[in-house]
Amino acid sequence: MSRKLSEDEYRKTRSFRLKQWLDGTKDPFLDTVEMKEQKPFEEDQEEKKQFDQDRKTRLANWVYAPRRNRDVNAFRSLYRVCAALFCVFLLITLLTAVSWLPTEGEEDRPVNNEVAERYIESGLQETGAVNIVTGMILDYRAFDTLGESHVLFAATMTVLILLRLDRDKDKKEQHANDRLYEPKNDVILQTAARILVPPIFIFGIYVILCGHLGPGGGFSGGAIIGAGLILYVNAFGFAKTERFFTAKTYKVTSFCALACYSLSKCYSFYTGANGIESVIPLGTPGAILSSGLIFVLNICVGIVVAGTMYTFYVMFRKGGY
Amino acid sequence: MEFVQNFPFLTIILALFSGPLCSVLKSKAAKWVNTISIALILVMSVAVLLFTLQTGEAYVYQMGHFSAPWGNEIRVGVLEAFMAVFFCVVMLLCMLGGRRELAEEVEETKQNLYYVMIGLLLSSLLALIYTNDLFTAYVFVEINTISACGLIMIRQNGRAIEAATRYMIMSLLGSGLLLMGICYLYDLTGHLLMSNIKEQVAVLAETGEYHIPLLISITLMSVGLAIKSALFPFHSWVPDAYGYSTLSSSAILSSLVSKGYIFLVVKIFYRVIGFDVIRESKVINVLFVFGVMGMIFGSLSAIRESNIRRMIAWSSVAQIGYIYMGFGLGTTAGIIASLFHILSHAATKSMLFVSASGLMDVSNHDTDFFALTGSGYRNKAAGVAFTAGSLSMVGIPLFSGFISKVLFASAAYDTSGKLIPAMIALALSTLLNAIYFMKTVIRIYTPAHRANIETDSRVITVKEQPQKTVVLALFVVLNLILGLFSEPIVNMLTQGLEMFG
Repeated sequence: MSRKLSEDEYRKTRSFRLKQWLDGTKDPFLDTVEMKEQKPFEEDQEEKKQFDQDRKTRLANWVYAPRRNRDVNAFRSLYRVCAALFCVFLLITLLTAVSWLPTEGEEDRPVNNEVAERYIESGLQETGAVNIVTGMILDYRAFDTLGESHVLFAATMTVLILLRLDRDKDKKEQHANDRLYEPKNDVILQTAARILVPPIFIFGIYVILCGHLGPGGGFSGGAIIGAGLILYVNAFGFAKTERFFTAKTYKVTSFCALACYSLSKCYSFYTGANGIESVIPLGTPGAILSSGLIFVLNICVGIVVAGTMYTFYVMFRKGGY
Repeated sequence: MEFVQNFPFLTIILALFSGPLCSVLKSKAAKWVNTISIALILVMSVAVLLFTLQTGEAYVYQMGHFSAPWGNEIRVGVLEAFMAVFFCVVMLLCMLGGRRELAEEVEETKQNLYYVMIGLLLSSLLALIYTNDLFTAYVFVEINTISACGLIMIRQNGRAIEAATRYMIMSLLGSGLLLMGICYLYDLTGHLLMSNIKEQVAVLAETGEYHIPLLISITLMSVGLAIKSALFPFHSWVPDAYGYSTLSSSAILSSLVSKGYIFLVVKIFYRVIGFDVIRESKVINVLFVFGVMGMIFGSLSAIRESNIRRMIAWSSVAQIGYIYMGFGLGTTAGIIASLFHILSHAATKSMLFVSASGLMDVSNHDTDFFALTGSGYRNKAAGVAFTAGSLSMVGIPLFSGFISKVLFASAAYDTSGKLIPAMIALALSTLLNAIYFMKTVIRIYTPAHRANIETDSRVITVKEQPQKTVVLALFVVLNLILGLFSEPIVNMLTQGLEMFG
């Protein structure tokens, strides 16, 4: 048997708050979300005049001013026309060449040879990976993938060279500026992140660990984890992420991953070339702990890729952890 | 299998591993790790070279448990091992020679990243030298490109970053064309392993099937690599990239990075497509024309340049022109001349960069031509080395440049139709080389008080910079070895090229 609620009790219920929100009498985000009123933009007329004046003189004295160099201008337009013509020429040549290539989907194409045949027919027995693509990139052609993961590492290091701020003054300035660009304590983002980030991480880990069993692998799983980290740092700021992921973490994890990769490949190249039987068991295809080194290598690649993604984001946003 | 035969792959992995290792170390430790790893790689490469000379044949090393068309493999012969040894020597000397500039021009906290880049670059060069798989070559070309960009922009001033941007755009264009060429070739032959592609291409050439796509694929790969190694019409990034980066970067970029790509061109000509098919495709005639034009226009630009480092960079454009002209002759003798010129240019150009920076040290760090007046007296070691380098570049007997010019001339003699243009280009380019190099040598030995030019009065004696003096002396010795004992080296290159294809 239901009983009637009193006015005070009714005010405490969710349905009352929902009704208030629907009526527009109360905004639930008022006073709970950080909001700044925007300052109206006022232009200093004097300054603007001065600026325009300066700009005019600057443009007039500019080395490349059209008034001063007619031939430069002519060259520029000629250059543009030539570039466009060249692009069109290249496009036509390449497209024509494609039409001369072996027909797609026909049985007797040159690419349908013994190489692909062996990958498909005995890939499972020889590598132990159900996913043939993983078996191919991490076992048959592991040397290429070793290079590929170092490409990522090299790219991160180059971005560090270009964007990392190492002087204390720059660091402080960037840290202060960081507040201006991103909303802090955004309830919607934080709630969404709180719900989404754990499944994203778990999904990423799943994709990495099951790379040899189904679609996925280190590259895609690492990218998923990296995306999760970026979402997390957007919602909660650097103070929270730096409790578990700093520049040092990145350095150590990616070094360990690459060193592990290099060492395990050293082992398999050495044994392979010298005709020594590898002692690493391939396991039962389909089981999670199977396919020998592929499982370990996928984890290594995943760590490197996740670190790379996150480091790129951090470097472009703030120039340092 | 002998244990020595494992060394080529170990050197690649060691260089690759030294990169990440340097990233977790402090600058000082990273410096030692880098130096020791290059030295170790040098020792191992020498062992491989001795082994291949002894057995007299190339061997294939299987990378992993699966044999060639399924797995990766590397192939080692005399030519590859010799190139690896030579590249390691030049890289070690460049790093030692530019150490002080590196400490001054690069932020302390970022110096370890420099050694990361050097490690990755060395591994990519070694992989390009040894690999027998076209796609592996492409992967390591990527590493090479990215780390070369890092080497340019680590000196963080506006010009260096602008140069790095230009370099990156041009270099990525080259990589893209190369990749497209490889894709076409894969579609036509169904293989990525170089020896298998060669078999298939020979069949295609015989039957005349897929003639046009094959031609386009060869063109795309040649043009891609020509852009990356700064052949004449694609050279616009060179003067900035070599002129404004830190000293070791300029030396390494000019003497090694572009040479790695050129070596890949030789590999594609000999091992992927086959030299006969290349000759019939007429691509080499285009390379010949561009090479000859590069020899002339590179030198003309160098004459106009007043910034000494940019002048040396322009001279690189001319020297790359020589190398491509050798390819363009279309004979084995031409290729051997080009290979010798790769060695000669690598040894000389890095010496010129190191010694020019020594001359700038005693001229208020000014790169201007007139500021260098009399600097040969103020820094004697650098002056001597610069003179030796200039003489070698011009082609004076005793030095390596002379031998490569003789080889080019005698190779041109055996061709029909290319003799006259090649001879004219060689003569003209030698004359132009003499103009700008001798002008600079005369300038550095003109006493400043007689020329009525106010210069820096600082003097650097040999004792004040023992390391740099030793490096410069070793460079001069390397040059003299190439110049005086050219016969065994040319024999080695010939033997290597025979077992290369």
